[in-house]
Amino acid sequence: MSFALSADHEQKLTDLLTRYPSKMAACIPLLHLCQQQHGWISHEIIDYVAKRLEVGVAHVQGVVTFYTLFNQKPVGKHQVWVCRTLPCALRGAGSILHHCEKKLGIHAGQTTSDGAITLRTAECLASCGTAPMMQVDKDYHENLTPEKVDTILDKLRKV
Amino acid sequence: MIKRTDYLTKVYGIPNGHTIDVYEREVKGYQMARKVLTSMTKEQVIDEAKKANIRGRGGAGFPMGVKWSFMRPHPTKPAYLAINADEGEPGTHKDRTVMELNPHSVIEGCIIGCFGIGAHIAYIYVRDELHLSKARLEGAIVEAKKKGYLGKAPFGKDYSIEVYVHTGAGAYICGEETAMLNSLEGKRGEPRLKPPFPAQSGAFGCPTTVNNLETIAIVPTALALGGEEFSKLSALHTINDGGVRLYGINGHVNKPGIVELACGPTINELIHEIGGGVLGGKNVLCVIPGGSSTPILTPDELVHAPDEKNPLHPWDGKSVFDVPLGVDTMRGVGTMLGTCCVTVLAEGTCPVLAMQNLMQFYRHESCGQCTPCREGGAWLDHTVDKILDNKATMQDLNQLHDIANNIMGNTICAFGEGTAMPALGFLKKFRPDFEAYVRGERKRKDATLTPV
Ligand SMILES: Cc1cc2nc3c(=O)[nH]c(=O)nc-3n(C[C@H](O)[C@H](O)[C@H](O)COP(=O)(O)O)c2cc1C
Ligand code: SF4
Ligand code: FES
Repeated sequence: MSFALSADHEQKLTDLLTRYPSKMAACIPLLHLCQQQHGWISHEIIDYVAKRLEVGVAHVQGVVTFYTLFNQKPVGKHQVWVCRTLPCALRGAGSILHHCEKKLGIHAGQTTSDGAITLRTAECLASCGTAPMMQVDKDYHENLTPEKVDTILDKLRKV
Repeated sequence: MIKRTDYLTKVYGIPNGHTIDVYEREVKGYQMARKVLTSMTKEQVIDEAKKANIRGRGGAGFPMGVKWSFMRPHPTKPAYLAINADEGEPGTHKDRTVMELNPHSVIEGCIIGCFGIGAHIAYIYVRDELHLSKARLEGAIVEAKKKGYLGKAPFGKDYSIEVYVHTGAGAYICGEETAMLNSLEGKRGEPRLKPPFPAQSGAFGCPTTVNNLETIAIVPTALALGGEEFSKLSALHTINDGGVRLYGINGHVNKPGIVELACGPTINELIHEIGGGVLGGKNVLCVIPGGSSTPILTPDELVHAPDEKNPLHPWDGKSVFDVPLGVDTMRGVGTMLGTCCVTVLAEGTCPVLAMQNLMQFYRHESCGQCTPCREGGAWLDHTVDKILDNKATMQDLNQLHDIANNIMGNTICAFGEGTAMPALGFLKKFRPDFEAYVRGERKRKDATLTPV
């Protein structure tokens, strides 16, 4: 089974390549496109990106392992990141994380058994003024309370 | 005395304030870019930028105009403008508001900046998590292009300018400017040895200026007012720290948030007049003045500047919380201004637990190139953990100082100092708290970060 970009993403790549003086510069944006499509970065994707950008497989591998947002194995359908860094911790991030763990029955770093939600901690997400906060997929949820967290997680289970 | 302004933040409160219509209508958006491209030389632009005394808003406080003036045309290579919107310094939450609520100020700043430094392309490096910020910037670029403000001939001037949004993929270190350039080039975000500095060899080996996102966003305002007029708005104008900037307040205050003020409010003013006071009416244990890499200050620290030539002399004998926040004033009291976002820790917060939280951050975010940073960071984290578990000896506690001191000055980038200096700050200012754990008088289970 070999990987190929969707037509829509192929168009985006073409546009990306016009932006930089080197093909290599499209490496991170292209990996994002691949991950959007596939959920995680497999060995096939690494080979694919290397070939498309005419860079070494080891280079792409090095990039993938450097950045925390590239999933190196399959993850849940939804991603939940609870910020744990000090400014959030001062406003109760610890209990928000604990609440998520209890409600989902997993620890940070794990995925629920139905594959719906992966729970993780994050380092400061630039929302310290509206702490505590968490990111769910692409959305920020700020000024959290346990009740708000319940509503957000319950909704996620349904979509 | 606090002086509120709203050059950047006026459109924050207006419906659709992020759109080009509102930006042009309400704050004379793009008029300065037009004027620059149609009637000014790059020398004039740089001259005004210098007079504005804009100290870099990314943390180090380097004078922006001076940085621009380092750019020399290269016979064969193009020049680039690279905007740093990696905002990841713990406690910093200001750039995000500009991108989400006033993205056109960034684009207009990029147009002026490109022209001033001789670049035709600006890359805005936004951390990947900020999806709304990216969307707003992308939207602003499309709108500006449609109006003919970007592209082959902005405002009819034969000087092409393109602005592109580029993203990282989750790594705090990509905020360090040379790591950011590597990341932009599609590499691991590992800082480079300097020299060469970006102005000589930056993005793709070409002359590059790196500006923080807020730094570039304030440029249209500074030039529209005139460099000197802009600079004079600041209480610190006479020590070359000009204009207005965004201030943040977070942690244990009643009203956390971001405001725009003339440069030079004090920490006490930010806590009480902006932040609405400390939660539960408590006293302040300490503050982190501008992002976690800036060493803490406690309210009982006094300024010692008996020498009249010392710029801090007017505040001699006063609390450091009553000194105007500025690049040089904060350096003068033994810390750093950083990003102007103040984190407040109320009395009752365990400083050992707070330090451990931050050491976990630094351990996690070290890029691993330099042994003192990689290993030292891990040791700092591990040892503070051991202290909290009542398993450390006085020797372990003393060793923390040695570890931190061995990181300082022995690394490729300033992340090392950013780890060691706050560690030393906590150790020096809260020594009795650390000792209480070592002696077994205090237990982790009783320690809290949320005393109110
Ligand atoms: C570890 C580290 C992280 C940094 N993170 C950021 C950041 O997130 N955003 C930023 O603008 N500058 C950051 N900086 C500072 C940049 O290296 C650089 O000085 C700045 O972007 C220059 O812009 P300015 O002169 O406008 O402040 C960081 C520096 C270090 C050492
Ligand atoms: S000081 Fe730390 S973060 Fe900076 S280059 Fe060295 S290992 Fe990397
Ligand atoms: S510490 Fe959580 S967003 Fe900054």
